[in-house]
Amino acid sequence: MSQLAPASRSKTVTALLVAPAGLFFFFLLVLPLIVVIIYSFGARADAGGYAPAFTLDNYANLPARGQAFFNTLTLAPLGTLLTALFAYPLAYFLAVKASPKSRTLLLVLVIVPFWTSQLLRYYAWIMILGSKGIPSWLAYLGITDLRIINTPWAVLIGAVYGFLPLMVLPIYVSLEKLDKRLLEASADLGANSWRSFLQVTLPLSLPGVATGSMLVFILLMGEYILPQLLGGGKVFFIGNALVDLFLQSRNWPFGAAVSTALVAIMFVTIVIYMRFVLSRGDVRRAALV
Amino acid sequence: MADDKIITSQKFMEELRRFQKGSVTRRHFLGVTGLGLATAVLGGAIPGLKPRKAYAALSGTVNLTTWPNYHNQENLDAFTKKTGVTINMNVFGSNEEMLAKLQAGSTGWDVFVPTNYTISTYKGLDLIEPLDLKLLPNYDVATQDQRFTSEGTIDGTVYAVPKNWGTTGFVINTKNVTQNPTSWKEFWDLAKGPLTGRVMVHDYQLTTIGNALKAFGYSFNSNDEKQLAEAEKLLLEAKPHLFAINSDYQPSMRNGDAWVSVAWTGDATQLHRDMPEIQYVLGKEGGEIWTDYFAIPKGAANKDAAYALIDWLLTPEINAKEVQAHGYPSTDARTNKLVSKEMLENPILYPAKDLLTSLEFGAAATLTNPLRAEIMARFKSA
Repeated sequence: MSQLAPASRSKTVTALLVAPAGLFFFFLLVLPLIVVIIYSFGARADAGGYAPAFTLDNYANLPARGQAFFNTLTLAPLGTLLTALFAYPLAYFLAVKASPKSRTLLLVLVIVPFWTSQLLRYYAWIMILGSKGIPSWLAYLGITDLRIINTPWAVLIGAVYGFLPLMVLPIYVSLEKLDKRLLEASADLGANSWRSFLQVTLPLSLPGVATGSMLVFILLMGEYILPQLLGGGKVFFIGNALVDLFLQSRNWPFGAAVSTALVAIMFVTIVIYMRFVLSRGDVRRAALV
Repeated sequence: MADDKIITSQKFMEELRRFQKGSVTRRHFLGVTGLGLATAVLGGAIPGLKPRKAYAALSGTVNLTTWPNYHNQENLDAFTKKTGVTINMNVFGSNEEMLAKLQAGSTGWDVFVPTNYTISTYKGLDLIEPLDLKLLPNYDVATQDQRFTSEGTIDGTVYAVPKNWGTTGFVINTKNVTQNPTSWKEFWDLAKGPLTGRVMVHDYQLTTIGNALKAFGYSFNSNDEKQLAEAEKLLLEAKPHLFAINSDYQPSMRNGDAWVSVAWTGDATQLHRDMPEIQYVLGKEGGEIWTDYFAIPKGAANKDAAYALIDWLLTPEINAKEVQAHGYPSTDARTNKLVSKEMLENPILYPAKDLLTSLEFGAAATLTNPLRAEIMARFKSA
């Protein structure tokens, strides 16, 4: 037995490092995805489930869930945008304005809601948004007969509430790394603080906004519980369509086709979004130099 | 501790200090704080720590898959105490969901509670065990109301034994609703207009589409394309006016957000018990009558305990306590003798004969009809 050459040893090390994650993804992501794609060309068995076949019928039938795609593709980006609008000032405060002493405590407070199950917190929101909650307080101000629960607005409020920490943390990280000398330079060159923010701070924190938006957008696209609980079953996302197809009508092949379409739409959206963000980032960086 | 009040946290800390200082004995401390009882209960939950006699062969856990608010916790606890078998309860929202899980395999369930129209499907897919009635000594087929047992037996083999029966009507909060609807036609008319934003329907195609069909006087089970198209039109008109599409309607009825909801017997009994202003109505055009059964899925891991649990819950004295808690009528004449008079005279459980005659049992073909699934999806996404 000769000793391994350095090059092949480093290859072995790489393989060992990658193996756990690689195997995990292969068995729990790639293989199931292949099964889903195979099923999507099948037929519904008479009593429900899957029967082997090769047909494009399930894809041709996608428009039957067009409304669910439309709802998801409007509410998910809108929810992401709202979350970003609420998260940015908070992240900015945490990274720039808060004293280093209180910062850690405040960051912990941002994460504290995660200690309770998401399901329980949404149940609490059912009460808060129900007629004995916020609408009953607003009635004192003369705003009567306001319905929030079981509307798309309730779903959006739930999205902002539920996903805020996922948006705050990446933005916070990108703002915290910001080189303060750039702001000094900007001030020296005559920019007021608002202009400095717009031309220095905001562009440099965009990667954080992009990461946070991506996380929230992907989760919202697959959301099922949120529209079910806060939308009262009246706000129908693709996730809800999938649950019905797999657990109620048991049309697995059509469900598989809807899943494949969802994955494809997400993939394309994310690629376009990343390209857009990256190209803008390059331009800004070039302009700064 | 059994009939004692729960100890307050302050009192608990005082007792703890006393115990730490040695001024009270360990026994006093455990007794007064309830920790002794808690330890005993925990001990009882661990098989092997308890002596067993009649049920010596039983052990482990029995997985019971059932519906919300469907058992008397006292009965379940008593079973565990008697046999040493822990009950792990799973609650489901629809028969399709149960079927989907069983079709996917490896559920780990030992006992489940299918509704009448699903049993033939389970049998066809070879998903349930034939039952050995010798292992259910407390079940007596002779005392069962035969209307409610037929679908548990297929080709002479018993696959499921009846738990209770019920109807599907609607609950109405008479404090908020001054109209007095008696039909499904009036139900939908109120939903679309005067009671906009206050009416709920089930997230369940069988009952939601079925009761829309009833408004036109069609069969609850109709799979006729034209009739279904009319029902869909009605559903789509009503959709923007509905408070929610959700089979879990008790919370919204209780907190006053919803004033009317499609409802099953037991939920109506439970709501009426706590809020007498909530009444139950069976549409005069008809609607659904049903039976839920106990069955054992193929490959159940703890079959002995499954039989023991079914037998326990069908024992008349125990079953009467079940009925008292869940508020659905039993199919067993022996049980009915033990149920309180107040309940037997409750029209929610036992509606007038003429209302019952127009009700229909749901059919297997209704449940699995693909067109109905599409209508439900269009209704929910509209």
